[in-house]
Amino acid sequence: MKLKKSKKIKKRPGINDETSAVSDEMQEEDSEDIAAVPDAIRYDEDEGEEDLNPELKEQVGPGHRLLGRGHRSTRLEERSEAALLVSEFGANAEGDGAKIELSDLLPTASKKAQKQIETLKKSNRTLDTPLSRQETERIHRDVAFQKVATEVSQWKSVIQQNQQAEQLVFPLNQEPSGPKPIEHVVAGWKAQTPLEQEIFAVLNANKQPINNPILTPAEEESIKAMSLEEAKIRRAELQKARALQSYYEAKARRDRKIKSKKYRKVHNKAKRKEMLKQFDEMVKTNPEGALEELKKLEMGRMQERMSLKHQNSGKWAKSKAIMAKYDEDARKAMQQQLEINKELTQKVATALNNDEEDEDDEEEADTEEVLPDFVNDVEKAGDASNPWMRGKLTEEEQEKEQESKMAEEVILLEDEEEMEEEVNEEEKLLREFENRRKQQEEDIVDETALSEFTSIIRGLTQKPEVETIVDNSTPLEEGLTRIQTLEDTEKLQETDISETAEPEVVEIVQADETAKETSTKKAKKRKRNIELKEVITKESRVVTVPLKVTTEEVGEEDMEDEMDQRGLIKEAFAGDDVISDFLKEKRKKEDAGKPKAIDLTLPGWGEWGGKGLKPSRKKRQRFRTKPAQAVVRKDAKLPEVIMSEQRDKSITLHQVSSLPFPFENYAQFESTIRCPLGRTWNSEKTVKKVTLPRVVTQLGAIIEPMGREELKKSQQQKAEPHTATNQKKGPNNISNLLVI
Amino acid sequence: MASAGEAPGGEDTHVEKKKKASERYWEEPGKDGNQTEKNDGESKQLQHKKAEKSRKRKLEHKPRDQSRGKNFLSGKTDPFPGPAPVPKDRIQKFKRKEDMSKPRHKRHKLRQLITQSEDASKMSQNQAARFDLLLPEDAGFLEGDEGEDTCTISQNDIADAVDLASSAKYFNLKLSQFGPYRLDYSKTGRHLVLGGRRGHIACLDWQSKQLMCEINVMESINDVKWLHSESMYAVAQKKWLYIYDSNGIELHCIRKFNDVLRMQFLPYHFLLATVSATSFLQYLDVSVGKEVAAICTKTGRLDVMCQNPYNAIIHLGHANGTVTLWSPNQKEALVKMLCHQGGVRSVSVDKTGLYMVTSGMDKKLKVYDIRTFKPLKSYFLPAGASCLSLSQKGLLSAATGDIVQVYRDVWSTPVTKPYMAHRVRGAVSGLHFCPFEDVLGVGHGDGFTSMLVPGAGEPNFDGLDANPYRSAKQRQEWEVKALLEKIQPELISLNPNKLGEVDRATFEQRHQDRVEALGFDPLAKQKFVPKFKKKGRSSSGAVERRKKQVAHEDQRELIKNTIEQKMRTEKEQEWKIKESVVFRKKSALDRFKK
Repeated sequence: MKLKKSKKIKKRPGINDETSAVSDEMQEEDSEDIAAVPDAIRYDEDEGEEDLNPELKEQVGPGHRLLGRGHRSTRLEERSEAALLVSEFGANAEGDGAKIELSDLLPTASKKAQKQIETLKKSNRTLDTPLSRQETERIHRDVAFQKVATEVSQWKSVIQQNQQAEQLVFPLNQEPSGPKPIEHVVAGWKAQTPLEQEIFAVLNANKQPINNPILTPAEEESIKAMSLEEAKIRRAELQKARALQSYYEAKARRDRKIKSKKYRKVHNKAKRKEMLKQFDEMVKTNPEGALEELKKLEMGRMQERMSLKHQNSGKWAKSKAIMAKYDEDARKAMQQQLEINKELTQKVATALNNDEEDEDDEEEADTEEVLPDFVNDVEKAGDASNPWMRGKLTEEEQEKEQESKMAEEVILLEDEEEMEEEVNEEEKLLREFENRRKQQEEDIVDETALSEFTSIIRGLTQKPEVETIVDNSTPLEEGLTRIQTLEDTEKLQETDISETAEPEVVEIVQADETAKETSTKKAKKRKRNIELKEVITKESRVVTVPLKVTTEEVGEEDMEDEMDQRGLIKEAFAGDDVISDFLKEKRKKEDAGKPKAIDLTLPGWGEWGGKGLKPSRKKRQRFRTKPAQAVVRKDAKLPEVIMSEQRDKSITLHQVSSLPFPFENYAQFESTIRCPLGRTWNSEKTVKKVTLPRVVTQLGAIIEPMGREELKKSQQQKAEPHTATNQKKGPNNISNLLVI
Repeated sequence: MASAGEAPGGEDTHVEKKKKASERYWEEPGKDGNQTEKNDGESKQLQHKKAEKSRKRKLEHKPRDQSRGKNFLSGKTDPFPGPAPVPKDRIQKFKRKEDMSKPRHKRHKLRQLITQSEDASKMSQNQAARFDLLLPEDAGFLEGDEGEDTCTISQNDIADAVDLASSAKYFNLKLSQFGPYRLDYSKTGRHLVLGGRRGHIACLDWQSKQLMCEINVMESINDVKWLHSESMYAVAQKKWLYIYDSNGIELHCIRKFNDVLRMQFLPYHFLLATVSATSFLQYLDVSVGKEVAAICTKTGRLDVMCQNPYNAIIHLGHANGTVTLWSPNQKEALVKMLCHQGGVRSVSVDKTGLYMVTSGMDKKLKVYDIRTFKPLKSYFLPAGASCLSLSQKGLLSAATGDIVQVYRDVWSTPVTKPYMAHRVRGAVSGLHFCPFEDVLGVGHGDGFTSMLVPGAGEPNFDGLDANPYRSAKQRQEWEVKALLEKIQPELISLNPNKLGEVDRATFEQRHQDRVEALGFDPLAKQKFVPKFKKKGRSSSGAVERRKKQVAHEDQRELIKNTIEQKMRTEKEQEWKIKESVVFRKKSALDRFKK
């Protein structure tokens, strides 16, 4: 069977031909033999043909792959006569054992191809098995995907631009209508007609200016050129300067390289001396400059004092310190360092400096003398919150000023003393004591003049002599004016122009007793931080009117007809009632708002119940749920105000109830919607900008998908960024989908 | 009169010429800016340098732009490149919000949104500042000679000194028959309605002195008020509330509003707020004719009322010395503040909504900061003020008996004497400053007086909002627009900016609101109702049994879960212990352990 098959195959154009084609042929001829053999087996046999037929392989040679796969359509005609050595290619191996060469198969192959064939013949390498169809397809897909991906990703920037654009106008590529600015038109102008071209050619040839009609290039060149002599002189100058510079540099280099310590020391000293000399001269000639110099020196000194440079604390110094015990040199070096430090930190003594120092000394002395007072003060104010600890009560600014003045006086006095140079320490001390005593006395006076507020705190130990005026702007701490007696009210009624010249006096002067009374009352009610009565009955300014009221009011305000005594009395005493009512109401509101404790005890459970029996205290405590902490009311700090704690539900319908997408916090979102958009609050231009439609389409125009030109344009734009804020570029077909 | 500076000043004029010439657009931009430059020249220079630097940098970035902007064909360069500068203080005036800090992370969308909104706000701010230039009129004021009090200058003197048109605005209407008059100016300030206690109503274009209508309703009148335009006004009569048109034709009689004593009209909400002798505060939406809210204040007779123009809150004064603040959305007073020891006689709030002025039976006049509810100033008026009115520019007029006093700056500086004073015939019963005019209308027992008060009115009017010179057609158009822009009454609250805030109520609060609105709890679990079964299987016992099967299902689940959890943890622990026992390294000394 094998033999037969080989005969058959020899006729076929390619070995790798599809098996089905083979089986077709075989079925015709070998039908008697293979009839019983199932298809699958036949297929297997065909697969194995390459391995099984070395003979054939030899015949065809290694180049068989080059021939390519045959096509099913190109079917060869069958030949019925048995001819052993007939080949359909017309290539015959002559003789019995002869082989067909590849070159025989390709008689007309070019030289190049032949060469390739040669090399193929030489190589003994076997070919890899071809990849499976799935794998090859996958690779193809991968490659294709990458290609498309790169292509598409080019559009990314365009899409992003369009997504971010404030407005898109379709169709794209619209030429802006209307007249162009003249500059643009002229700048873009080019010679077009032959006459123009000719003229420009002539101009160009003669290097005549075309755009900027000031100077021709030739003229410019001539201007640039200089005379020969000048150039020579300049060159000589430059040469000389360069030479001098190089000399100087060389000298400096030599100098710098000297390592001798002694030389350095001497050098530095000399430098220093010279500087001092110069400085002294400067003091005489140019005091301002000298001062500056001095400052510089001071600065250097300061820096030295601040830094750790020569303090023997560096790495080197530490290493030396270890050695110092045994090594003389190291010790010396350290010593030197310290000396340097000393030298550098020493103050420079000059004429200018001396005076200042003296003054400084004086000042220092002064401060030393005054110091005890300050120290005492600080100690006194150790506990600022506790007025008892302070020894004196709330310090007012005036007082402070006085104190500072006092201190100044003391300083002045002592200055004088020093001027006289009769420094007697005992006397000084005495004087100091005196001063202190004076101050204390003044303190006492001040204390008496303190506000009512403080007097209450002090527990009414001292008599409140005079009520002071407190500033009108701070109403809560103001002194209290209360119309208590009839006489008072009458007084107020009588207030006239003459009185109102000093309006405050009326309010402030009060009977001592009343003040006492009120203060005691207040002391009792001190629990609340602000007293309502204070607020309501606060001092008021009297206003005068040039005209006197003649007619009584009529109509609804009839009751004012009898506004003589009784009305006044009512007026004066009405307040208390009103205030207490208000306070009650407020307390009620506060209580209502407070969360209450819930008692869940059931009498009779776990113990005896009945009439007159109460559940035990322990039980009650156990079954009482603690109330949540009350929320601080909005009006907690406003005694004369009750504010509703109800939530306004009506507006919530119109409010945004949750944070929209890109925002991270409320503040961001709220600030983006804070500005109104309407015409009532904005100029027309702003309104138009703010309410710009995102997409504008021209009526009736065809909107085509974006072409490649757009891509190029956007890339160009990227290369040279344009300032257009709302670019009116359209998207491509992809971004069209994304945007709309 | 709005621009007092226009008055040709005579020799002995009291009406002061404007000290500062009003700004004109052709003058140098930003005079005040120049002044500041002198003050801090150095810092300016520095800034200038910086600006230059930044400009240079910009130029480097965009060379093309510069070439396009600067170089003209003629070779000239623009001496003032870029847009004209706007003074900083003026920009500050129109500032609406602070700049936001942009998110640190790369959040392109958010960043873009923020930048856009910031740009828009900046643009609107700049534009507004730029267009502020177009409001050149300044308010003038009265200035006496040396040693002369302005309050001693009589109205006749002023009327003599000012120009003819302005002097015509000082006049008296002697209407002694129908005695004390209430009055109201329309929003534009052109029209005046007078309502006499004894039933007399007169509408007039007071500047041209043209009478629009005059009727007698034969009933006592408590108050009159213009509605949104000059074509309609409301009259609170003895029993009901009536609405008339400008020809005196009765349009409506609203029986729902009875015994009304005082009225206020909220122009942007189209709400007419009324208070009655029966202590009811009612709101009527005049655009749809519906009662929006009726609140029983439970505080007795209400005859003191005013509105806060800033947030449309109604302020009521009571006999017990308190002032209460109301919105139509709450049945409870938003704020209740104790202002006087006696009853409150009059209340007024200024245009900006910052200050409230009250006067009481204790003869005091108090100024409050209405945002913090704290008292600022307290004055004692010898006779007490019965009526108060605040002008657009913040002048306060107070009536004591038959004397009308006008004060300046009652809140900033302590005042000892009035700016102006004028005696009218008969006790004052109504006071009103005319908008956009330096005129104070006084209704009194003997008719009506129109007083000249220099510096009272806002000199620059908004032509789209309240145009005193509008035609009938313009009025119609304005009406349509105003109706379209009508603000819903739900938006009235103490803080008008609340709409721009996100509702941060908790879920519970919101759920509670929803339950209240719906009348049931949409999230509540439905009760299990056992199905009815036949053949005696729905006997009460069986039903109970079935109920028991389902009862406390959620609780059961919970218990089950917790028990399982417990078991698991216990097992794990046991295992751990075992493991530790097994895998522990045995030491030689373990044998001695027991």
